[in-house]
Amino acid sequence: MLKIKNLQVKLKKKLVLDKIDLAVKNGETHVLMGQNGAGKSTLAQSIMGNPNYKVQGELTFAGQDLLQLDPQQRSALGIFLSFQQVLEIPGVKIYDYLKLLYKKSHPQKLTPLKFKAFLKEKMTLLEFKEEFLTRSLNHGFSGGEKKKLEILQMLIIEPKLIILDEIDSGLDIDAIQAVARAVNFMKQEHNSAVLVITHYSRILSFLKIDQVHLLSHGQIIKTGGSDLVAQIEEQGFAKFIKG
Amino acid sequence: MKKVALKQLNDAYQERFGFAMPENSLLSLDFGLSAEVIEQISSSKKEPSWMKEYRLSSLATFLKIKMPSWGPSLEEIDFAQIRYFIKDTDIEKRSWDEVPDEIKQTFDRLGVPQAERDFLSGVKAQYNSEVAYSSLQAELDEQGVIFCSMEEALQKHSELFRKYFATLVPAADNKFAALNSAAWSGGSFVYIPPNTHVKRPLQSYFRINAARMGQFERTLIIADEGSSAHYVEGCTAPVYSEYSLHAAVVEVFVLSKARFRYTTIQNWSGNIYNLVTKRAKVMADGVMEWVDGNLGAKMSMEYPSCYLVEEGAYGEMLSIAYAKNSQIQDTGAKMLHLAKNTSSKIIAKSVSVAGGASNYRGLVYIAKAASDCKSKVECDALILDDQSSTSTFPDMKISGENAIVEHEASVSEIEEDKLFYLMSRGLDKAEALTLLVAGFIEPIVKELPLEYAVELNRLIELEMEGSVG
Repeated sequence: MLKIKNLQVKLKKKLVLDKIDLAVKNGETHVLMGQNGAGKSTLAQSIMGNPNYKVQGELTFAGQDLLQLDPQQRSALGIFLSFQQVLEIPGVKIYDYLKLLYKKSHPQKLTPLKFKAFLKEKMTLLEFKEEFLTRSLNHGFSGGEKKKLEILQMLIIEPKLIILDEIDSGLDIDAIQAVARAVNFMKQEHNSAVLVITHYSRILSFLKIDQVHLLSHGQIIKTGGSDLVAQIEEQGFAKFIKG
Repeated sequence: MKKVALKQLNDAYQERFGFAMPENSLLSLDFGLSAEVIEQISSSKKEPSWMKEYRLSSLATFLKIKMPSWGPSLEEIDFAQIRYFIKDTDIEKRSWDEVPDEIKQTFDRLGVPQAERDFLSGVKAQYNSEVAYSSLQAELDEQGVIFCSMEEALQKHSELFRKYFATLVPAADNKFAALNSAAWSGGSFVYIPPNTHVKRPLQSYFRINAARMGQFERTLIIADEGSSAHYVEGCTAPVYSEYSLHAAVVEVFVLSKARFRYTTIQNWSGNIYNLVTKRAKVMADGVMEWVDGNLGAKMSMEYPSCYLVEEGAYGEMLSIAYAKNSQIQDTGAKMLHLAKNTSSKIIAKSVSVAGGASNYRGLVYIAKAASDCKSKVECDALILDDQSSTSTFPDMKISGENAIVEHEASVSEIEEDKLFYLMSRGLDKAEALTLLVAGFIEPIVKELPLEYAVELNRLIELEMEGSVG
């Protein structure tokens, strides 16, 4: 499980997150909400190990101190972050890339035929067409396609902790449902823990939520059950922040 | 090479490969260039007198011409210390044990067959490829295509040879062309008859046999009207050579409506100056494409050019330069538009790593009489660390009317956020770098024959592993 205690994060000497406590158990789904600039993405990037952020406090996953590990090692522990800003890597064929991701995250090799079958199953879940595999990684993709490709990578890696940083922005309702299907698949098949970062409630109606955290000015100011989403949606962030 | 320089070179080699050439192995050989040496070369090849005369006059030209006053420094080259002529019996067989470990390891990782390894590392003077070669030869014979060594062509196809030889790159063109004209040995001769299309690439790799990878190779290619073919030379695997200077000359004649592609992959060991003059003459509606990959050598200076001499001619250059460990890759292209309605394209990509320097040096020339010409130049440089560098020297001389000339240049560094993105998906740093570099050069690599592309990507993987340390 993911355990965060008294976490403090600085970016270029500026304090972005402070006194963060958060615990996400296997199989649970937590939601992190908050306005733009509240520090949501900073938390996600810090958990993944972005070297730009200076992190202090306690950050562990499965009992391992993440602060001692580089991003690759964190990934090897089973942590996956779907990026808010997805990067384009021209010239890298998606098929070759996905094959490499599988190889890196699974000790047991698959024959090329079995890998193709495995990949096809995941692509079907997300309604991806086969032609897609010959394209370059995220290059010239629409915002929605990029997000779906992030989720496809998640399905290939099969992580234990899934962090979705604004996966729902730029997605139409069909794509949101496909993403939710994939996340629910991971929970069901692999008992993965999920941390959803969003400012909308749209995707949340397709997921079973355990806890909701409201982040404001770098601190978690309220934690509650799934009903908190409806309250925030109804009354707006501002009221909670003041209250 | 001066002895001092050789010593430095050996030290550098020792450091990089844990291996150096014993100096005494060179001392016993005949050094220096003289009329006697040239006559010896010519008579051993039983050449007609015109070629001997040509060689001797080229020698005189060579002695007159000054070293290039531009570009990277060539002052370490000492012409008196170069061995210009090696008889077959002189070729020393190196033992496999003497081959640098790093080169052996690279062969292993690339999966190069033993027969090729022996040849590439100089253990064997000849590459035995009769099986692969004879089936290709039969196909070519049937089509009337001539593909043979320059020596053979001079004897058997003397009229054709003499009609074209040195008409595009005269000895006086530059000092190294003059040197090559005087001392040339080995290289390929290709003639494609009119309207003949050669499907399989012609590979010099299998043709080098007798002359090995000569230090003064000479290549002459004629693609007759309406024909098409693809010529490939060199290889991605590292090639170890004891010669310190390689000065090749390549002449390609693309007759009207013909289409020719010339691909070179060069991965010489790090003790070599690779100074090549490559030129193509393109007639009406002809298409010439140069594809160039410079991966090895101590220094490469190579600017393949297209002389677009008749209407509708097109010239293209796609190049990758990979500079590492204080290598200098000074490469580029020249497009000379000498007739109206001609067009050209240059795409040059370079990667500099671990102290390597890559320069793009190019020329687009549109003559006054050449109206309505188009040219596009795109140079992209990728720099992997602070020790490495890149420069661009684009020259444009545009006199023709209605010319459309575009030039784009970019220099980029490996973006940390891309590294983080890939590493967060479980890739280690070397793997992430490999993907980024391979992705960067992919537009050129996809133009290479498949086996070269695969090997090149594996080579980059090895380099990245090495550079991350």
